[in-house]
Amino acid sequence: MNDVILSRIAEALTWTGRYVERADATARILDAYLHRMLEDPWRDEDVACRSLYAILGVDAGADSVDMQQVLDQLAFDSRSTCAIEGALGAARLNARSAREAVSSAMWECLNATWHALADQRRAARRTGPYGYLELVRSRAALFFGLADSTMSRDDSWRFVVLGRSLERVDMTVRLLSVRVLDAAHAPDWPTLLSASGADEAYARVYGGFGDTPRVAEFLLLDRDFPRSALHALTTAEECLSALGRPRQDPARRPIGRLRTRLEYLDSPALEEQLPLLLGDLQAACMASAEAVAERFYPYQGPVVWAQEGA
Amino acid sequence: MADIFDAYALVDAWDEMFERPGEVRTAYEPVLAALQPIEPGELRFRADQMARAFTDRGVTYAFAGEERPWPLDLVPRILDALEWDFIQRGVAQRVRALEAYLADAYGPCRAFEDGVVPWRLLLGSPHFHRAAHGVEPPGGVRIHVAGIDLVRDEAGDFRVLEDNVRVPSGVSYVIENRRAMTRVFPSLFDGQHVVPVDGYPARLLAALRAAAPEGTADPRVVVLTPGPSNAAYFEHALLARLMGVQLVEGHDLVCRNHRVWMRTTKGEVPVHVVYRRLDDDFLDPLHFRPDSVIGCPGIMTAALAGKVTLANAVGNGIADDKLLYTYVPDLIRYYLGEEPVLPNVESYRPDEPGQLDAVLDQLDRLVIKPVDGAGGQGIVIGPKADAKTLAKTRKAVAADPRGFIAQRPVALSTSPTLAGDRMAPRHIDLRPFAVNDGTDIWVLPGGLTRVALQEGNLIVNSSQGGGSKDTWVLAEGPADGPAALPADDAPPAVAPRQLGPDGVPSAVQEGAQQQ
Repeated sequence: MNDVILSRIAEALTWTGRYVERADATARILDAYLHRMLEDPWRDEDVACRSLYAILGVDAGADSVDMQQVLDQLAFDSRSTCAIEGALGAARLNARSAREAVSSAMWECLNATWHALADQRRAARRTGPYGYLELVRSRAALFFGLADSTMSRDDSWRFVVLGRSLERVDMTVRLLSVRVLDAAHAPDWPTLLSASGADEAYARVYGGFGDTPRVAEFLLLDRDFPRSALHALTTAEECLSALGRPRQDPARRPIGRLRTRLEYLDSPALEEQLPLLLGDLQAACMASAEAVAERFYPYQGPVVWAQEGA
Repeated sequence: MADIFDAYALVDAWDEMFERPGEVRTAYEPVLAALQPIEPGELRFRADQMARAFTDRGVTYAFAGEERPWPLDLVPRILDALEWDFIQRGVAQRVRALEAYLADAYGPCRAFEDGVVPWRLLLGSPHFHRAAHGVEPPGGVRIHVAGIDLVRDEAGDFRVLEDNVRVPSGVSYVIENRRAMTRVFPSLFDGQHVVPVDGYPARLLAALRAAAPEGTADPRVVVLTPGPSNAAYFEHALLARLMGVQLVEGHDLVCRNHRVWMRTTKGEVPVHVVYRRLDDDFLDPLHFRPDSVIGCPGIMTAALAGKVTLANAVGNGIADDKLLYTYVPDLIRYYLGEEPVLPNVESYRPDEPGQLDAVLDQLDRLVIKPVDGAGGQGIVIGPKADAKTLAKTRKAVAADPRGFIAQRPVALSTSPTLAGDRMAPRHIDLRPFAVNDGTDIWVLPGGLTRVALQEGNLIVNSSQGGGSKDTWVLAEGPADGPAALPADDAPPAVAPRQLGPDGVPSAVQEGAQQQ
């Protein structure tokens, strides 16, 4: 019976995956920065905050900014999907409109999280945002864990994973872009690693603590780390190929190309090409997402009922 | 020790739990025994826990623009096997008669020719859709799902209050109420034989598939919802999920060549049965309200061409008009040749010659209902109304006798309900749900019991702040122990899970798993 997915549901599922991943990544980044700032008494709060804004693509304005303002705008703002609360709210609405497609457990996870945010937000004013950020991260993990354990590996599941993968590439690229393109606001390498949740994995692979540009290599090219760009691209490509393979798939082609480029890139070349590569990665993800929309959920269907008559 | 039933004072109505003060009815004995020793604080704790669970699961409803957890009282409402058998027969009989009436009204019109029902009742109904005339639905079913509202009067007799055969809602709360109660209050079920309610989605799906246009090998069923902003969206999503079918909105569907398709990631796919949860008026802008954007243009044409089945059928509104309600006992005799199992509430038809004056004369002793009102709106309870309201009502009824019916006020039965930290009697009603698959009318055991949470209030709708109760139907059989025990020498139903090295079950493993 349920061998097909409504276009509307496919779109909602993709965005649910994207928004939960975005909330998760944003919580990680904020947590890493806050942690860094507390431990480093010489750090300039304004600079660090501007760097955060730059990563998340929000205009910082001309006045000096502090951490509370950052939290208000990047965590607690329910009207912006760039902020955690807005992203989770949007994920909840999308999951709600696809309630017969996501499992009850997944929907309840998002809904309960949404209701729990208010308490944690209030607590954050008194004791700091750690509980709040921790809640977001653990619920995002729970959500994707439930997706993995309660959804069939059918197209519905692939749309969720596709959304998550594309968002993951985007967030990783954003992190690296600030380091590479905007030296004034650059985060240090260890902060960058922990913002990606990659500090321990990196330490295990390289036996060090990431004071080198090899961090970029790890975050882009590591085959095994699930948040690396290569890994996320590979996953997205797998989803797209399983969703059906037209001969020239405009959704798969841009990310497939980049995936192969990353696969055969060696370390010296990486450093040289990094700025260009990051731009290409972002463009490829965007092109792919647009092609997915066009193919799987076209809005402008032909208006056929006008001739139908009564 | 404080007893939550200490202050329970019976009012002038049939009480579901107590025959007389302190004298509990048999079916309720175990429940009372389980509830009585519980401290008020503990009950409150469980009620809060339940509300929290409802909020997290999204089982909510909109009240005064606010999202509130579904209100479920902790005390179940119990129907014994005999009572249920009676209700179920009465409900099924009523649905059969209403089906016969719809087939007649949209076909040969015998009942009108024979003078059982006046013509004006049909022709004056805003729900009479010419588009539905002459359509022969698959299996002859127009009422795939019905919700028949019952009340229990002062003498303890069940009476029909109204019939809902358009898009009756609330069945999801029957399922959710039971699930919540078994989680929050498992001990209450100990030693009881409560008939399960989770068979509904399977019955519904079977009935919907049976309703597919003839010759459809593997019918595709969908649930059509107005969307997430609708108050009953939770129910639409639950039913779609439990049936494993798509939940579609109007713009997910497209009609072409008198057929209905849905837009999917694999292109357009044909749809055969639409369990629609929106009113006729919004279904198809080409036939009904042209300004409606939540329906699907052309779906009515496809239905008329017999390419898609709409459940429930378009035009059913003529059968749950409150004025028609007063004729249903006659219809049961006329079409089925049977006596009604369930009586109506005594009613007047101001529409009929001579009755208008009788109604106007004793307005302050009657309940006045607009024939088209929904959700308890517009009902005036004469004995409780002030002079101004009565005057206004008198004028309205005199101006439009067809628009109202009048009924004897019934003191609905009461059931103990948690109010603050004590039990208090509150008025309740019951909406059993029937599913018609064309050969059999099945009534979901129990139904939705709604409770008026304010003292003395007789209107139970959730849109007016009402609550609900888990409704138990007790299975027939011995009061204690399972109905049938397997014989001693019967093989175990389930093979042991873990065998030790010598081929015998490993006690350690099994024991560890049972912790």
